[in-house]
Amino acid sequence: MLGKTANGLYWMFRYLERAENNARLIETGQRIALTRSGATTDEWTPVMKTTGTDAAFSEKYEAVTKESAIDWMLRDAENPSSVRSSIEAARQNARMVRTALTAEVWSAMNGCYIDVKSKLTRRVNERDLPNVLGLIRQRTALVRGATHGTMLRNDSYDFARIGTFLERADNTARILDTKYYVLLPTSAPVGSQLDNIQWETILRSVSGAAGFRAAYGQTVKPTEIVRFLILDKRMPRSLNFCCSKIRDNLGYLASEYGDKRKSHQMADDLCRRFMSHDVEAIFDYGLHEYIQDVVAALNSLGHQIERDYRFFA
Amino acid sequence: MFSALPTAQFLTKIRGLPRLSVEMIEETGPVFMLGFMSDGGFFDEMWAGGEAARSPYAAFHDWITDEDPARLRAKQREAEEVFRLTGITFNVYGRKEAEERLIPFDIVPRIISGREWQKLSRGIEQRVVAINAFLHDIYHRQEILKAGRVPKEMIAGNEAFLPQMMGVMPPGGIYTHIVGIDLVRTGEDEFFVLEDNARTPSGVSYMLENRETMLRMFPELFAREKVRNVSNYPLRLQKSLAESAPSGTSGDPTVALLTPGIFNSAYFEHSFLANNMGVELVEGHDLRVVDGRLCMRTTEGYKAIDVLYRRVDDDFLDPLNFRPDSTLGVPGIFDVYRSGAVTLANAPGTGISDDKAIYSYMPDIVEFYTGEKAILQNVPTWRCSDPDSLNYVLDNLEDLVVKEVHGSGGYGMLVGPAASKKEIRDFRKKLETRPSNYIAQPTLALSTVPIFTKNGLAPRHVDLRPFVLMSPKGIRITPGGLTRVAMKKGSLVVNSSQGGGTKDTWVLDD
Repeated sequence: MLGKTANGLYWMFRYLERAENNARLIETGQRIALTRSGATTDEWTPVMKTTGTDAAFSEKYEAVTKESAIDWMLRDAENPSSVRSSIEAARQNARMVRTALTAEVWSAMNGCYIDVKSKLTRRVNERDLPNVLGLIRQRTALVRGATHGTMLRNDSYDFARIGTFLERADNTARILDTKYYVLLPTSAPVGSQLDNIQWETILRSVSGAAGFRAAYGQTVKPTEIVRFLILDKRMPRSLNFCCSKIRDNLGYLASEYGDKRKSHQMADDLCRRFMSHDVEAIFDYGLHEYIQDVVAALNSLGHQIERDYRFFA
Repeated sequence: MFSALPTAQFLTKIRGLPRLSVEMIEETGPVFMLGFMSDGGFFDEMWAGGEAARSPYAAFHDWITDEDPARLRAKQREAEEVFRLTGITFNVYGRKEAEERLIPFDIVPRIISGREWQKLSRGIEQRVVAINAFLHDIYHRQEILKAGRVPKEMIAGNEAFLPQMMGVMPPGGIYTHIVGIDLVRTGEDEFFVLEDNARTPSGVSYMLENRETMLRMFPELFAREKVRNVSNYPLRLQKSLAESAPSGTSGDPTVALLTPGIFNSAYFEHSFLANNMGVELVEGHDLRVVDGRLCMRTTEGYKAIDVLYRRVDDDFLDPLNFRPDSTLGVPGIFDVYRSGAVTLANAPGTGISDDKAIYSYMPDIVEFYTGEKAILQNVPTWRCSDPDSLNYVLDNLEDLVVKEVHGSGGYGMLVGPAASKKEIRDFRKKLETRPSNYIAQPTLALSTVPIFTKNGLAPRHVDLRPFVLMSPKGIRITPGGLTRVAMKKGSLVVNSSQGGGTKDTWVLDD
């Protein structure tokens, strides 16, 4: 496989995942804003901070309003991570690697692009927002489904999966990092219940509210949220889950190509982090520092994969 | 690209459409039920000859007259949806970057009988053999120049001549692995070659997708008629390219397709062909010369390529040997080629054979190398470099089609009968300034084939581009080819860049 193709697959699926995650973040922000009657607290700045675009936003807008924040995250062409930009980038990469995709995956991707783009040509009003966000999640899920159902389990699939899980791990880590302070033992007496709004924000942002209740019951404790989102391998958006998927897919590449590269060691090291820590140890180390370490490790793992598999040179 | 003369009479007549439904009569005024072309004017491939449809169209005609127009309209829309979703689009130059447009597709097939095709394909084969022999001769002994059949200055002063190819023997002796011959028709037995495309002819993906679309929408039609298969083209292309690998190649040759990239107007076709051949689609920055071999950068290191089907023009192929500012090519690729370690398809320098000034010598070229008269006719051509011809052309601009010698895509040409006084005046100046840059041809009474419009069937001008594959093992011609159709009433320009559409092309097994 061409290095360029590996790169294109990796980024196609990263952007697809990013589009979906951002749609979910907007949905969460909107939900919180609606259910928090009369409150003036700005829910949107942390959301934009999660996507790493808050600085660029404040260059363009003087104040944060619900409308401007939603528009920025949903369809602003100046925001490289907006849903529209992400879907365009995913589709552009898909065009580039079309020879490595099945016809089903390509037409799901192209259909996703055509439909989402037509919904996002104009500002989306609040009444239409739930439908538009629903469409985005549905169409991105269709691409993922076609990928599962029709792609050969070879290196193409591996690079697609690695891109997906690196992006997802990064997203979960960022969500945790923007909200880490509410999960700290010092912010409330240990064992006390969190502010409903806060934990709801976190869990909804990863589609994890119902999953959490099923696994941990109705009482929401900060330590358990941390356990759920970092260590719990049942949770498909937890850091542990995502990183072990990355390691697995790198492992398939190693057996297909017959050699291990630097990135394999890095992925093993990253996964060991989640095995050797129980949740108390994470708090002892410092939640913020721990998450920062993981984000940095994910970053350098991504760069190493690019080098190992000759994405660019 | 082609052009012909739209007469006032034709434009009036064309308003009459064969009847599909009663409602349309009111909308379209006088309705000529059948055979609207039977009294002279243009040859319509379905209706010429009077009351009944011509025999290749008979079965189709029976079918379509029984069809409900509303269903056909729905099918037409469905076809467009399929094309959009599949991404069968082309990028338009000079517009917003990456703007993608659909080429209009018409559901009425263009039908050629087996007998007609047999003659055409013999003519095409003869022509391709001659083109290849001509190229070999021009880049080696130049016998045809010595014999005085083609003047020396047609080669020496020609931008399409590539001196770097002198004495270079392409692997297997093949210069033109893929050729598209543009044909037009003016009557029952009158076919002309409008131009040869021996550089990087495009359009074959439309031929294939058009057939797929028709099979999907109207399976019942293919049960009634024996239409010859085209869908094995990518496999045959792959085979033909592999057969053309350098003689030292061991094992299965590695083939790759070189594209200028995602913003190229034919990118869809490049990825389509690579995908269907099962070969890598590479860009210049994926390639590098390593130890005298052309190699591509893979996830497992650099891997050698034996045959490169390149869809990048000669000029851009190698910044060390040709245009130094090119970023689309590979530094040093031409040196690898000269050493015989890679096959380039087509060979560099083939442009000298499809150049519009050389075109006028094709009958001589065919005869010189095959010893036979050309089976396919040329359109009479005036070379404006010749003073007498220039005078004639200047005196008759209103009736002629004038083309740039190196132009393509329907740009930079004058269609005299359709041009305004001012356009003719402006063009006259260009001609006088640089006569050798132009050729002129009479406007041909190009045949028409009906298209399906919202008011029923209406005739539109067409051309045909059959695709030919050539390897040291032989020549393969796909039955049919790409029919391009001018979607605008009376228009003679079929290029997609100028609003042309396409049709499925059927060769019947009769």
